Amino acid sequence: MQITFKINGETISQEIKSSLLLIDLIRDVLRLKGTKPGCLEGECGACSVIVNGAAINSCMYLAINVDGKEVTTIEGLGNGENPLDRVQEKMLEHGAVQCGFCTSGMVMTTKAYSDKCTAEGVTPTREEVKKSLEGNLCRCTGYAKIIDAAEAVYK
Amino acid sequence: MMKVIGKSHQKLDGKERVSGKSIYGHDIELPNMLHGSILRAKYPCAEITSIDTSKALALEGVECVITADDIDVNNIGYKRDHPILKKGTVNCNRDEIAAVAARTKEIADKAIQLIEVKYKIKEGVYDPFEALKESAPRINEFGKGAEQFGNKNRAESFHYEHGDLAEQKAKSKVIIKKTYELPRVTHACMATSNITAEYNNFDGRLTLWSSTQVPFLYQRDIAHALKMEPSKIRVIQPIIGGGFGSKLDMLPFEPICALLAIKSGKPVQILYSREEEFLASPTRQPMTIELSSGADEKGKFTFREAKIIMDNGAYTSWGATTPFVMMQTYSSLYQVPACYFQADAIYTNNPFAGSFRGYGNPQATFSIESNIDLMAEELGMDKREIRLINANYKGEITGQGLHFKTCGALPALEKVIQESNYDQIMTAPNTGRYRKGVGLGSMLHVGGGAKIYRSDGCGTSLKIDDYGYLTIITGSNEIGQGSETVLAMIAMEELGVPMEKIKVINTDTDVKPWDVGVHASRTSFVAGNSLLGAIKLIKEKLNKKAADLLQIKTATFEYQNGEMLFNEHQIKIDKVVREMHFASPHELCLVNYFYEPPSRFQDKEFKGDVSGNYAFASQVIEVEVDTVTGNVQVLNVHVSEDVGRVLNPIGLQGQIEGGLATGIGYALTEEMIYEKGVLKNPNFHGYKMLTSTDMPPIHFYPIETYDEAGPYGSKGAGEAPLIPTAAAIANAVSNALGVRFYSLPITAEKVLRALSEKKLETRNSKHETNKI
Repeated sequence: MQITFKINGETISQEIKSSLLLIDLIRDVLRLKGTKPGCLEGECGACSVIVNGAAINSCMYLAINVDGKEVTTIEGLGNGENPLDRVQEKMLEHGAVQCGFCTSGMVMTTKAYSDKCTAEGVTPTREEVKKSLEGNLCRCTGYAKIIDAAEAVYK
Repeated sequence: MMKVIGKSHQKLDGKERVSGKSIYGHDIELPNMLHGSILRAKYPCAEITSIDTSKALALEGVECVITADDIDVNNIGYKRDHPILKKGTVNCNRDEIAAVAARTKEIADKAIQLIEVKYKIKEGVYDPFEALKESAPRINEFGKGAEQFGNKNRAESFHYEHGDLAEQKAKSKVIIKKTYELPRVTHACMATSNITAEYNNFDGRLTLWSSTQVPFLYQRDIAHALKMEPSKIRVIQPIIGGGFGSKLDMLPFEPICALLAIKSGKPVQILYSREEEFLASPTRQPMTIELSSGADEKGKFTFREAKIIMDNGAYTSWGATTPFVMMQTYSSLYQVPACYFQADAIYTNNPFAGSFRGYGNPQATFSIESNIDLMAEELGMDKREIRLINANYKGEITGQGLHFKTCGALPALEKVIQESNYDQIMTAPNTGRYRKGVGLGSMLHVGGGAKIYRSDGCGTSLKIDDYGYLTIITGSNEIGQGSETVLAMIAMEELGVPMEKIKVINTDTDVKPWDVGVHASRTSFVAGNSLLGAIKLIKEKLNKKAADLLQIKTATFEYQNGEMLFNEHQIKIDKVVREMHFASPHELCLVNYFYEPPSRFQDKEFKGDVSGNYAFASQVIEVEVDTVTGNVQVLNVHVSEDVGRVLNPIGLQGQIEGGLATGIGYALTEEMIYEKGVLKNPNFHGYKMLTSTDMPPIHFYPIETYDEAGPYGSKGAGEAPLIPTAAAIANAVSNALGVRFYSLPITAEKVLRALSEKKLETRNSKHETNKI
């Protein structure tokens, strides 16, 4: 079926199978490889992207459901053409990246959460920041620096 | 005074990694690339009576199917006991039986299901103690246990001893003998295993995009497997999504992918699913450790006697050699006058283990540190005091011959004791639902590589181009740990070149000089020393040319901000390089250097100074146990480590925190649950890794001992943080509850069971429960 949606600011119309997962649309059809396949069962968060302001696991989301919506992937943030997003900058500054395979998901989850907090005019506590990252697994960092970076976004 | 070393620097390619631009194995797409899929055994122990691939071959989009009958290969694994594709017998649930290459991954997966395999199911052996019995069947037909080790199912055996055991036993006021059970856990790298292979029919060259940690050993191993010349195999490492030791062994899926590419004439890619990653990637060695250890009336250690049975699984990986590291811990962690060590890896029908950050050391340390607490309790000694009086010291040459030219063991212990809430927790009343406890653990690990292979060296080529940019071509590998950032920092420090003018090339065996690979916490040590050697050579070259140009006799220049300075003279590096290049006698600014550490091979009795230096660390961990739910919460981790010298503080801290997360998981939550060789929790839902909300505050205190063997005095640091963690947590939980745990992980279920048994026992007897 035909879907029309916005991805990273660009409007796209695409003919897709109704069974296509959003991660496959992003990685295999649109060839945006920054979104990472960590488990394909909704457990690790590496494939997180933002759909209409909310971070979702793109491996658990049918592509047909982005019809009429706005999708942001890691390529939609700072990518060399645009300057780095504040979230990306903080991840770098705080040493939150080791192997980097979870990083896109961490950045997108933090971006969605910080945009929401900013819109609501609230500054989350460290515990709330930790909670916001609970759905994103990392094996390298022990999360400490990722949490530091996500917290620093508000400072 | 250092300008760069010791100050935090962001990751060299951090901007790419944080913006999704880094190319991992999963992101590679080659023209006409096929997708591979592997059929694994349906049963962990069976005879294959027939394999029919005709339906798979007939499926549209399938380009080739291979089974053991289609290939001419050698067995793999360091004992060469592992067929790439199995025929006849299947020995574990991972066993590869057939593989398919097809136009899409979906077609390949479908084709796999169309392959018909008939089995005659056999009763497997899943307990190594059962496998040792005379009546047990021979599990691996290639194993040489009967000839080499006196039992058909013994895959590997290590024996070590020093000192007079009988004399030391007689001297002992207290002897504690306990049995410890260590679980099977896995690396769970965020990127699943992957490989892309391309074969050039014209010249017989094979290119592999592989996430191996040891590209040059891998090149040799895969060449042996495929009966090819190693030099015809080019290994290119894409960005690697986690290693932790899992990529030390070459596994069957890698030569399988190469074989599919050779047979189909097209590039082939194999990507593991997460389930496959749990089922068919390496694990840490599960083992049973019987440890007897003693101390005299003053608490001085007298001896250790360790007898270890490791579950080798069906095939032998590097994991079977973890006793090599464990024996160092038994012989030399704290002062040990006598040591007896016997470790045997026993074939079973379980999946085989591999190497995992720490390499046997977390298991050994868990047993040693638990026994130390028990000895202190029996002697009525303070658990801090017994460790302090036995700590390793500078200048010590241990019974095994390890020479501690520098040693931060005592300062590390003192630091964590002083900084933690040890006293407050010990003296606070311990009643009610939530019980606090505090535990100590220390560790010893190689810090300057380990001489295991014939060379433990690393090569570096260094060039400065006509525009003043520096290219470091290093044999070493980056697997996320940050070593290439450290190399860039060393070059900045020594040559005054800014980071944006430094390139590190380290991913291609056709280009880079030899290195043994990422393991043994060696990379910054070995590659750093190698780079320093190359820098010395390139400076000699630049100094000579600059002196000629400035018409001064000889000079040792200072290097700053792209310039060379000597007294009132100054000249730009790029100008010197251009003069070298364009004026007679026309030379390039290019040098090569190979560094081999001063470590030595151990003798046949495993004695000798095996590493360039040694790292020491201690941890105090504070926990709170909920006696109603059984849940153990880690409140604080205090960790002090002798790192020789801090090179990149932010990178080091990241290694500490990441290691601790894996260590806490090992202690409390992670376990691969097997029933008769079949994994019951092959997913992140059932396999409990820590999440962001589980991480306690971490307090890190580096100890700098400036060991002259390391670059700027540094020591390897990557594995240390997780080694004593499970030991310290187990000691803390025991301290909180008055019940000791002899197996990991210490789950809520185990805690509750122990508490209920404890209540019964206080009513009935004082018998201490073992093996909870």
